[in-house]
Amino acid sequence: MTGLAATMVRAGRRLLSSLPALFGVLVFTFLLMRVLPGDPAVFFASGPNAGKEEIEQIRKQMGLDKSVPEQLVFYLSDIGRGNLGRSMMTGQPVLKDLRERLPASLELTFTALLIALIAAVPLGVVAALRPGSIVDHGVRLFCALGVCVPTFVSGLLLIYVFYYLLGLAPDPTGRIDVFTSQPPQRTGFLSIDFLLVGDVEGWWAACKQLILPAVSMALFVIAPLARITRASMLVSLGSDFVRTARSVGLSWRKVVVTYALRNAILPVITIAGIVFSTMLGANVLVEKVFSWPGVASYALDALLSSDYAPVQGFVLLMASVFVLVNLLVDICYGIADPRVSIG
Amino acid sequence: MSEKLLSIDDLHVAFSTRRGMVEAVRGVTLSVEAGEMLGLVGESGSGKSVTGFATTRLLDAAGRVTGGKILFRGQDVTKLRGDDLRHLQGAAMSMIFQNPRAALNPIRAIGLQIADAILTHKRISKEAARAEALDLLRAVQIRDPETRVNAYPHELSGGMCQRVMIAIAISCNPALLIADEPTTGLDVTTQKVVMDLLADIAAARGMATVLITHDLGLAARYCRRIAVMERGRIVEEASPRTLFSAPQHAYTKRLVAASPTATSRIGDLVTEEERENYAAVISRPRHEPAYGTPPLLEVRKLAKRFDQGAAAVADFSMTMAGGEGVGLVGESGSGKSTTSRMICRLIDPSEGDIVFDGQSIGHVAARDFHRSPLRKDIQMVFQDPNESLNPRFTAFDCIAHPLMRLDGMRAGDALRQRVEECAERVGLPLDLLPRFPHQLSGGQKARVGIARAIACRPRLLVLDEPTAALDVSVQAVVLQLLDRLRRENDIALLFVSHDLNVVRMLCDRTIVLRNGGIVEQGESRALFDNPKTDYTRKLVEAIPHIETGPALAAGL
Repeated sequence: MTGLAATMVRAGRRLLSSLPALFGVLVFTFLLMRVLPGDPAVFFASGPNAGKEEIEQIRKQMGLDKSVPEQLVFYLSDIGRGNLGRSMMTGQPVLKDLRERLPASLELTFTALLIALIAAVPLGVVAALRPGSIVDHGVRLFCALGVCVPTFVSGLLLIYVFYYLLGLAPDPTGRIDVFTSQPPQRTGFLSIDFLLVGDVEGWWAACKQLILPAVSMALFVIAPLARITRASMLVSLGSDFVRTARSVGLSWRKVVVTYALRNAILPVITIAGIVFSTMLGANVLVEKVFSWPGVASYALDALLSSDYAPVQGFVLLMASVFVLVNLLVDICYGIADPRVSIG
Repeated sequence: MSEKLLSIDDLHVAFSTRRGMVEAVRGVTLSVEAGEMLGLVGESGSGKSVTGFATTRLLDAAGRVTGGKILFRGQDVTKLRGDDLRHLQGAAMSMIFQNPRAALNPIRAIGLQIADAILTHKRISKEAARAEALDLLRAVQIRDPETRVNAYPHELSGGMCQRVMIAIAISCNPALLIADEPTTGLDVTTQKVVMDLLADIAAARGMATVLITHDLGLAARYCRRIAVMERGRIVEEASPRTLFSAPQHAYTKRLVAASPTATSRIGDLVTEEERENYAAVISRPRHEPAYGTPPLLEVRKLAKRFDQGAAAVADFSMTMAGGEGVGLVGESGSGKSTTSRMICRLIDPSEGDIVFDGQSIGHVAARDFHRSPLRKDIQMVFQDPNESLNPRFTAFDCIAHPLMRLDGMRAGDALRQRVEECAERVGLPLDLLPRFPHQLSGGQKARVGIARAIACRPRLLVLDEPTAALDVSVQAVVLQLLDRLRRENDIALLFVSHDLNVVRMLCDRTIVLRNGGIVEQGESRALFDNPKTDYTRKLVEAIPHIETGPALAAGL
């Protein structure tokens, strides 16, 4: 168990060393929000006819009358106490909003990444086994299409085909349809929560809602994953140890899967981590198309209404997720490859 | 005459490249008897490895057998498909490769890799396969096999990895083992241990072996019969004794001459006809420094530690006079490359001082030394001519670069003249100057590397295994070139090498390093003829000598 303990210690050290970066992100977003045009006090005043006094009062209430450095100090001390501020838009604490919406985004992104990996790895392997063949070109075409069609277009197309034409998918309005009641919240992942209470029907309803947005997100990221799988699989197949495996007559399956693919999958892990972080923050289009109550659409709405606190909270959340995912990737990498140790 | 195990008949192999089909093997005819060890010797590009790969059916996708037959126990290997082929591979014939560490799966424990090979050909349980893997590790003399069985290749030394590779190759008792440069890249002492082991195993199991190597001496030591290949053909086949005492083919003659032996001098490395223009140089008297001249280089108590670890180099002291040749030998990990890099001021020493021409340079930080006026006086030639040239620089740019950086020359006729002068000095044809490294042969790249190093007319040239990646015939020419530079231009040479034969020829004095410390030093010939320490004796004995005359006759 000493190996595991050592890994945990190193992981902890890595987390500590990422704190300065997180602090930098905090300050930078804070300043960025202050530089952006738009006056929140005007925006949140009672109406277009609100008088100067009322706006002034709101500004004072929000602390915007103080100098920027003072505001920053207040903001940082709030963060230090775990207070991300209150959203003017929803009237709730930002922390509560994010906590409600993050599981929706995570569930969607995880599913999308899973679908993407399940599709991309075999595609990459097949392409690498017969480079230059019809199959290889087919995979390349598919990847190109996936990348060049924006997610909102593919999302709308999927809705048109599966909801409007075929009627297979439920209407794209959030995480569950109006007839199903919410399960008691445990993990926040609806598909898991339903299973925990044994509600198979509810689980199926949640999955049906999930599948279209997840697929349209997955389509977009299959390309990088499949390409990196193909490239590293080609290197792997041409390597000396695969030649060794062939020289002793190992079965085709053993050569391709155990020897070539397990080595080729290492860079895919790294790319998958990056793809995941990107998807989580950038899936706002999919969330909008499918009315998905996720964090990205929340942040976009907040940005449009100059609501500082949610945007700052969102950026901080994304930065933390990015740090965590990278750490996770490094730990996975350390398990998959005995040559590296994270540090 | 016993039954032929393998007979190759008029084999042709071609590779499809961007420039069309290239024939790598053009009509090889060869036979191996059961239990015999055959040496297949040739320089790079001779087609010896391709012949091996064609026999084990491991050619790249681009390579194809275009003609001829490979009969193994009467069965044509080139026509086997699917399962028949798999039953042959590993079970009846197997192969070991040049780079043992790369040849093993880096993320799979070695025990599992051996078990994989066993399980492919035997229907036994996983536990039984594991037990057999352990037995095999014992058979290849790996110490502490119970723990090593769970080790990964990166945790083992190169020699260990090659033993594991041997264990995999012999796991199913094949009748034929093809060893493709099995010890290239290993230390001489490790090379001897691995080759002895391989010979013992082959003898004990009655396994026929084809030893593919570029090293005539190695083949002569272990094989009764040697086939010499050149440009895809077998030019001569004979016993080692006949091959060395009376080579028939012109190529064999050149190869035998170029292979350094315990007694050869640099002048001997080429055939009679090529020897003449060199004789003039060698007869010229050496420029003797006047009595009392301070040494060119003085190193005092040099030490280097990496990250609080044990010292890589400790208490290293030496002096060098101008125009002197000093050899630095030792096994890998002995600290010879680290020492040479410290003297070159590419890395910083932890302790000690380096005095060059009366000036202390040990305390100038390595990253600032490029601004020192002494930078151009100390130049380096690196081991791998492929890796040490910028792939985006032409040969001309490579040689011109130090002139522009260190001598402050500007592009123009003067620079062109200097570069051409350097190219001429190293015997690089001027029409090759506009070429990029990938368009040059190994020997030509080595010349570019040397030309670059002498461009600024240094007084000390540090050479880190400059010929290790070269064929013997190219090595012979490069060694002559270096010797001539030393004699004509009075350049001192610090020659780092594991090849004792080469050091003996080129260097006046030799320093033997082990674990970062000096074991022995002295005048080269005396040191090698009469080693004082066991370690040096072991190094000297491990060199595969080409024995001619009575010694070999007694052995047969």
